[in-house]
Amino acid sequence: MAATRLQRWLAWSAPIRRTLRSREALRRVAVVLGGGLLAAHAAHAVDLPEDKAEGMIHVYSGGGVTASGPALLVRKNIADKVSLSAGYYIDQVSNASIDVVTTASPYRERRTAYDFGADYVYRDAMISLSMSHSKEPDYTANTFGVDVSQEVFGGMTTVSMGYTRGSDTVLKHDSPEFMDRVTHWQYRFGLTQVLTPKWIASANFEAISDDGFLGSPYRAARAFGTLIPERNPRTRSSRALKFRVNGDLGARNAMHAEYRYFWDNWAIKAHTLEGGYSRYFGELWLADAYLRYYKQSKALFYSDDAQAETLYLTRNRQLGTFDSVSLGAKLSYTWKKVPGQYEIKANGAYELVQFKYKDFTDIRTNSPYSFNANVLQLYVSATF
Amino acid sequence: MKTLRLSALTGLAAASLLLSGCASVRNIEPWVKPYERERLADPIMKFSRDSLPDKHREHWHDVREGARGATGVQGGGCGCN
Repeated sequence: MAATRLQRWLAWSAPIRRTLRSREALRRVAVVLGGGLLAAHAAHAVDLPEDKAEGMIHVYSGGGVTASGPALLVRKNIADKVSLSAGYYIDQVSNASIDVVTTASPYRERRTAYDFGADYVYRDAMISLSMSHSKEPDYTANTFGVDVSQEVFGGMTTVSMGYTRGSDTVLKHDSPEFMDRVTHWQYRFGLTQVLTPKWIASANFEAISDDGFLGSPYRAARAFGTLIPERNPRTRSSRALKFRVNGDLGARNAMHAEYRYFWDNWAIKAHTLEGGYSRYFGELWLADAYLRYYKQSKALFYSDDAQAETLYLTRNRQLGTFDSVSLGAKLSYTWKKVPGQYEIKANGAYELVQFKYKDFTDIRTNSPYSFNANVLQLYVSATF
Repeated sequence: MKTLRLSALTGLAAASLLLSGCASVRNIEPWVKPYERERLADPIMKFSRDSLPDKHREHWHDVREGARGATGVQGGGCGCN
């Protein structure tokens, strides 16, 4: 029986094996495949992303934490077929947050991240591959992603979907025996719809699953007034759904509004609401202003000071009940423009954020914790 | 048996609705022509104008908020513990 199957397979695969053995045949196959791709490419309707370079200085400062650094991104088309991008990002963190000053010692560390991407356009579809590597002394994260988007309905609708797999390694300072891992799976779907010549809307959905060490080896929880190491579940699964609409209000004015609903199996539910207004001032200036409101409920195992023994326990305020309000502004100035050749813009963005925690006590003052943060971005973007 | 018949009827009704829906969808033409999309192509109307500031914004939100995802910003490693 097995011998018959083997004979059948040998007979079926004989032409393929002959082709693989012959260099000339391989060359012909490559020419046919390559020619097909080139012909398909010539007929495409979606444009590759334009060549671009961005350089940015970013600063986040609030709640005793300062994270700042430079970031660079360059995107370049190769032979009008593929657009390649490479990014470099540094976060120089100085941490004296409330958790750190009340349970450990302030520290400084640096996170460096590299991103690489490639986009390929095939008719009305774009296929993107991306990978990233991020490294801190005690945390390494690697991701690999693939995204596909397709224009349909005469270019009025764009359907997109993507997948990212991440794998992290968690270490702990001064504890060489500690090492753990985390794996992330992200699945996303998107729909962008042109509504009228002045209005465009989008809907995005993303499901994320994590497996592994999902806490911090340094963070302390509190039970019966005593600090103990936090204990988080080793799996998490979340969903998020976002709707956004952009509208042209005429006379070079525009607005945007968006809402995101988030829920996960740790019982966190969050609402994010944002509205913004943009307008040109003359030919060279573009200004934006926006207001963002964020509110979330706590995870099942979050407690400010647990009064019962539970398997899982955290006092990570990121998982507690809180809300935040942001007020932001952005200004963009067209510094140099040679139509059809290049354009250089200088940009500045500032955001003031107020965080208010409902069930996280500042144990220094015995009152609910709150703080303000300032976020600054200064960047130059050039298309060429 | 009754439930089965009810499900079958509901399924049939749903299928006929879907089919008639498909037939009417086929008759809808794209109502905003490419030459009418000039305003939508202006930078003021873009969902994302520059990717670096958007990535930075997503990163500091991810580190401080319980919610994550569906931002439309192509994701990278967070490295946030």
